[in-house]
Amino acid sequence: MSTDILLVLCLIIPSLAVAGIVLADKTPNLREAIGLIAALLLVVCVGFLTHAFVNGHATTLVIGEIMPGLAIVFTPEPMGILFALIASVLWVVAIIYSVGYLRSNDEQHQTRFFACFALSIASTMGIALAGNFFTLFLFYELLTLATWPLVTHHGDEAARRAGRIYLGTLMGTSICLLLPAMIAIWFVTGSTDFIAGGLLVDKASPLLTLGLLALCMLGVGKAALMPVHRWLPNAMVAPTPVSALLHAVAVVKAGVFTIVKLIVYVFGTQHLQQCGVTDWLTLLAAFTIVASSVVALNADNLKRRLAYSTISQLSYVTLSVSLLGPLSVMAAVLHIAAHAVGKITLFFAAGAIYTTAHKTLVSELRGMGRRMPWTMTAFAVAALSMIGLPPTVGFVSKWFMLSGAMSAESTFGSTVAVIAIIISTLLNAAYFLPIVYHVFFSGVSVESDQAQSHEAAHGDAPLSMRIALVFTAGLTLLLFFLADALLSLASGLN
Amino acid sequence: MSLSNHLPALQVVIPLVSAPIALLIRQRHLAWALMMVVSWLSLAISVLLWLQVSDGSVISYAIGAWPPPWGIEYRVDSLNAFILVLISGTAALVVPFSLHSIEHDMHQQQHYLFHTMFALCLAGLLGITITGDAFNVFVFLEISSLSTYVLIALSRRRQALVASFQYLMMGTIGATLIVVGIGLLYLLTGSLNIADMGTRLSTLPPSRAVYTALAFLSIGLSLKLALFPLHQWLPNAYADAPSAVSAFLAATATKVAIYVLLRFYFDVFGLPRLNEAGILPLLMALAIAAMFVASAIAIAQSDLKGLFAFSSVAQVGYIMLGVGISNDTGLTAALLHIFNHGITKGATFLLLGIVMYAIGSTDLSRLRGIGRLMPLTSAGLLLCGLSLIGIPGTSGFISKWYLVLAALEAGHGWLAFVIVVSSMLAVAYVWKFVEVAYLQEPDAGAHLQRKPVLTMALPTTVLCAATLYFGLDTRFSLGAASAAAKVLLSGVGGVTP
Repeated sequence: MSTDILLVLCLIIPSLAVAGIVLADKTPNLREAIGLIAALLLVVCVGFLTHAFVNGHATTLVIGEIMPGLAIVFTPEPMGILFALIASVLWVVAIIYSVGYLRSNDEQHQTRFFACFALSIASTMGIALAGNFFTLFLFYELLTLATWPLVTHHGDEAARRAGRIYLGTLMGTSICLLLPAMIAIWFVTGSTDFIAGGLLVDKASPLLTLGLLALCMLGVGKAALMPVHRWLPNAMVAPTPVSALLHAVAVVKAGVFTIVKLIVYVFGTQHLQQCGVTDWLTLLAAFTIVASSVVALNADNLKRRLAYSTISQLSYVTLSVSLLGPLSVMAAVLHIAAHAVGKITLFFAAGAIYTTAHKTLVSELRGMGRRMPWTMTAFAVAALSMIGLPPTVGFVSKWFMLSGAMSAESTFGSTVAVIAIIISTLLNAAYFLPIVYHVFFSGVSVESDQAQSHEAAHGDAPLSMRIALVFTAGLTLLLFFLADALLSLASGLN
Repeated sequence: MSLSNHLPALQVVIPLVSAPIALLIRQRHLAWALMMVVSWLSLAISVLLWLQVSDGSVISYAIGAWPPPWGIEYRVDSLNAFILVLISGTAALVVPFSLHSIEHDMHQQQHYLFHTMFALCLAGLLGITITGDAFNVFVFLEISSLSTYVLIALSRRRQALVASFQYLMMGTIGATLIVVGIGLLYLLTGSLNIADMGTRLSTLPPSRAVYTALAFLSIGLSLKLALFPLHQWLPNAYADAPSAVSAFLAATATKVAIYVLLRFYFDVFGLPRLNEAGILPLLMALAIAAMFVASAIAIAQSDLKGLFAFSSVAQVGYIMLGVGISNDTGLTAALLHIFNHGITKGATFLLLGIVMYAIGSTDLSRLRGIGRLMPLTSAGLLLCGLSLIGIPGTSGFISKWYLVLAALEAGHGWLAFVIVVSSMLAVAYVWKFVEVAYLQEPDAGAHLQRKPVLTMALPTTVLCAATLYFGLDTRFSLGAASAAAKVLLSGVGGVTP
């Protein structure tokens, strides 16, 4: 099969899935089957695309020119392929999980849910494979719109309020900051193409570069850099599968992916280094990492703690890429993958606990390890990955991140980054390890025991949810041993 | 002389003559059929004219074979051919829509009156656009305005009488100011032919009389085009008129007034004189005020027709901002937005017409859960809303892109931010509808009073598709707009053959 056709299939399959899901509204089993088959087909296509790409079959697909010099273009490149791979594989898992979650919790509007889910994946594929800034922006906005119905899924006042913050922040930043930056880039260079080495090289003065960089970095609200991070904890009102796939993988990763992509292909690491305009970004990212870790430490609601942990982990990526060294950029890309598999597991576990035991607070989890051994073991593995301990993939990315930070050109950036990584690692340990300890080694608390006696005693989560979370936890471990493959893909950058 | 040489005259004469015929027919279905033929013929003529001038040439047609500047000249160039296509295209879609839409908006025995007045209004708007004679502009302006007042008043809603009267007062004041302005220009130049006027005026030294004429024309036309704060007539007129009328007005009426303003500004006064008078910064200030204040008022509306009417005032602000920036890209942006906003707002009001027909109200409190009851209509409104915001992939994005680009080219970086920040207000008013439509449950036992019919659905679908299409393929819209902008910037007398 030619690479062009594969590329088209990667974009079309999730869109067709949307149509299929809507048409199969009345027959839930058929509807879920369509979703699952589409997800599997997508994984196969992305797999073939990766294979073709690794063997040197690069391609560019131009869909149509909207204005002179502004076309919808798709070009696979290493980072995009990696992102597409992660998103498509985790979509399969998330569908399996969602079926169990939605049916166990008897959620309303399931068709809308699965349709928007597929549409979000379609947008994510568009973002991952975009060949210029404009195409990326187009799908970036589509992703915001496609995920809004998922955030407001419950339709009550809290969901509506969260939806307003979600849309207001994400669309506000992208329209008010990112869009003018894009038009300015087009104005200066006459193009928005992603070019190896950077589009703005020799075309923008240091001052202009600094201005555009600030607009772009704060304009990508999905990367949740403080102060535009508030939407993420608010989005946790969504059903847990949404938090898991979208607010731990697709949406937030689209954010940091955009940041890395812009810095590497639009601004150019060399160009930024010559201008010396990224120290503020390093500092802001470091602040976000530490500050959100502190908030996470004090959050009792499990999903809220995970949300703040996500904010801090996303800023690792921004921090790394702001150091501009080849090693740092590679670490940033690696961390996108590493965090995705780990965080989705944690959210899956949180959802499993909610579904089976109806618990949402960290303080209620004592002794849960004995009731839900599969869930809690997966949780523990993923927590290790978040902290960055072997044998999990989190260790690999943190290793490269630290070496990248130490070898960074800017002394200031290097110092800030190393200190931030060390402090936050300690904080990560401080907010994850106690959970793991209490879950496995503390007795069941008295109140919750009394509460339990009123309900039927529960066991572990439903099978489909267990399959999903064990799979992603396994992936967290597996990628530690397969780090070479990831590295060879990520090192194709620069 | 073959018939094709007379296309400019036929463009106006056909709808003008059909008006009394419709009045004599009195039978509503026959009158409607006549209007179908007339509106589609007009569209065909507009497209033919556009094709003839698309190479940059100019068609000059002397009425009664009296050569200009003595006789009345009809003059078609890339600028007004583009507007003609917009007007007749909208009419060709609104007429089929009106067949069922007006059944519940007005008494059956008045339907032939609707068709008569619609024909007059169409003739008036096309006449304003095609004529090259300043006094003729005023005549057609009155024809279109008077027929519009009647069209609004035909509605069964009692408030429509007030809205119509309000529009009558404001419109008459506007027309009076315009005719005084034209009179002054006639005194100064001794000519009524617009191109000739421009050439003669450019040889005159700057004088108070020139500026007075400019002031009269500016205020009079600002009233007609609803530039903030002279927009008071518009929201009520749009909200209380019969649905078909709202859609036609929203897509064309203010746009034609903007066209006249552009014609007088750039072909009679000329850019240097506008700069001397310092009127462009004032326009920009009012445009920015419109973008913010009118959008903020739109957010506070509880009726969708009112909401989108105030949104129109805000969108006129975007167009006038492009005019105020007045470089090549700015005028292109303004003309693009005339077209893109015309189709988007036309589609919006047709959709609201369907909602009105099916539910009997466009008040937000009656539209709870409409996303479930009328999925396609709601999706259409969402699409139009996204276009008003300027989401990529919709036509609104293209005009906003050019507007921001124009601001950057003019060196006004801050203006770029003003433009994008104001679109956040559009997000707020569009999402007001989206939350009601999709996040609230329909009232128990809620049902549609009437099923939307094909004659309503089809034209609406065409306009919605156009809203999407012109966001993805801009060859026609952008090509036409930039050609038209070149005509404007070719300077005074640049259009004389």
